[in-house]
Amino acid sequence: MRAMFRDLGEALREFVETLGAMTRFLGRLLWETPAALMRFGLVWYQLHRIGAHSLLIIGISAVFVGMVLALQGYHILNQFGATESLGVMVAMTLVRELGPVLTAVLFAGRAGTSLASEIGLMRATDQLSGMEMMAVDPVKRVIMPRFLAGVIAVPLLAAIFSALGIFGGYVVGVGLLGVDAGPFWSQMNAAVDVRTDVMSGVWKSIAFGITASLVAVYEGYNAPPTAEGVSRATTRAIVITAVAVLAINLLITAIIVGEG
Amino acid sequence: MTRPAGQEPHIELEGLRFQRDGRPIFEDVSLSIPRGKVTAIMGPSGTGKTTLLRLVTGQLLPERGSIRVDGQEVTGIGREALYRLRKRIGFLFQHGALLTDLDVYENVAFPLREHTQLPDCLIHHLVMTKLQSVGLRGAARLMPSQLSGGMARRVGLARAVVMDPELVLYDEPFAGLDPISMGVIVRLIREINEALGLTSVIVSHDIEEVSQVADWAWIIADGRIIAGGTPEELRGEESPWVRQFMHRLSDGPVPFHFPARDYPEDLREVPR
Repeated sequence: MRAMFRDLGEALREFVETLGAMTRFLGRLLWETPAALMRFGLVWYQLHRIGAHSLLIIGISAVFVGMVLALQGYHILNQFGATESLGVMVAMTLVRELGPVLTAVLFAGRAGTSLASEIGLMRATDQLSGMEMMAVDPVKRVIMPRFLAGVIAVPLLAAIFSALGIFGGYVVGVGLLGVDAGPFWSQMNAAVDVRTDVMSGVWKSIAFGITASLVAVYEGYNAPPTAEGVSRATTRAIVITAVAVLAINLLITAIIVGEG
Repeated sequence: MTRPAGQEPHIELEGLRFQRDGRPIFEDVSLSIPRGKVTAIMGPSGTGKTTLLRLVTGQLLPERGSIRVDGQEVTGIGREALYRLRKRIGFLFQHGALLTDLDVYENVAFPLREHTQLPDCLIHHLVMTKLQSVGLRGAARLMPSQLSGGMARRVGLARAVVMDPELVLYDEPFAGLDPISMGVIVRLIREINEALGLTSVIVSHDIEEVSQVADWAWIIADGRIIAGGTPEELRGEESPWVRQFMHRLSDGPVPFHFPARDYPEDLREVPR
């Protein structure tokens, strides 16, 4: 029993330590942001590498999620004779919740892990030390462009996710299940509010973009320079992001619902 | 002996003490690296030769003692001053440490692009000149993954000297190379040192190659400097430490066996 409490205490201490170190690291990254934006070419290159290359998995997943939402939603709404509200249900679910959350988790799986392992391997193969020795700060040259690219990419990918998800919902709802296209679009148009619903998704995706990118670059940058160290950093990049995104989502939703 | 006689020092270490994870690496190291010469720092593996280079370049901080490069104290120096100092130092890592997402050309151009506003035509000229000097102009568009170990080190060398540094530090430049590549690196170190009037410091345990290229050598063991001299002088040294190292004896003051408990006792005890 005592050992269990000791382990629990140790895990808690480690968690607080990591959170503190990550917050300090985020502070450094925010401090460096204006200078990094001056070299936008580096950010642009990374945006293409990690953002554009995530498009396919985001797009395919979005269409499937939208289709499933429409299928499930149709059977529930049909019991109440409200199938014409299917568009609203699909759009609301995607824009407010699933779009930002799933985009962040998929981004962490596709790009976050690749960032963490790339940076970890750069550390293990002395590339970061090499930069230090050439009087080039690796945080400015390697970390900042990747971090900013992630922060910019996630909200854009989330928007694409929601749009393609709605398209998937339309294909199943209108194309396969016979819901009338008029109410599908018009009710969606009337119910989804830009200021509350869309902006809630935008704020969430910005927060998730910062989280996913921060975790990935932090884990990679601080990975022990060994095969096991890089492998652990890669795993932690996706696990920590997934849990953090879900927790932050609850927090933001609670704040928005509380305000509403 | 802490200084080659009559030579102006480029690097000076005094009373250096450094430990890692509670294990002392250097106890009280004092030495001097003469300007414009090729100096080797030799010693068995694990004696802290690479650590010494990292201390000299401010990547690590000593617990005590002083490190001066070109008269400037390195310990406790600010980040910006340290970066200014590093711009005057070239560093060749053991495996080249090339940036794997850039080709050979861009790797060599990297310090120029980061630190200067030179036009592309001038960068091209400088990069090609350095690549020509290491014999790899034809490999300019290859990626690091397409290079052999020796080629990667030659590209690393071209990159280390592209900013025309006053001092070049070589971390195990001969390790793991075939004899031809080794000969090439030996020749390049000597030629570049003379052509550019550099101070060169080589950390290595390859006695033959070091003997061919170094003007002076220090031997480190057990956290201390145990000998210094020209490679010829060191070969004639009588100290058991130096004899064991220079004549490649498997046993001596540096024991063959890692410290362990009684051998028969270890054999009897089967781990569960």
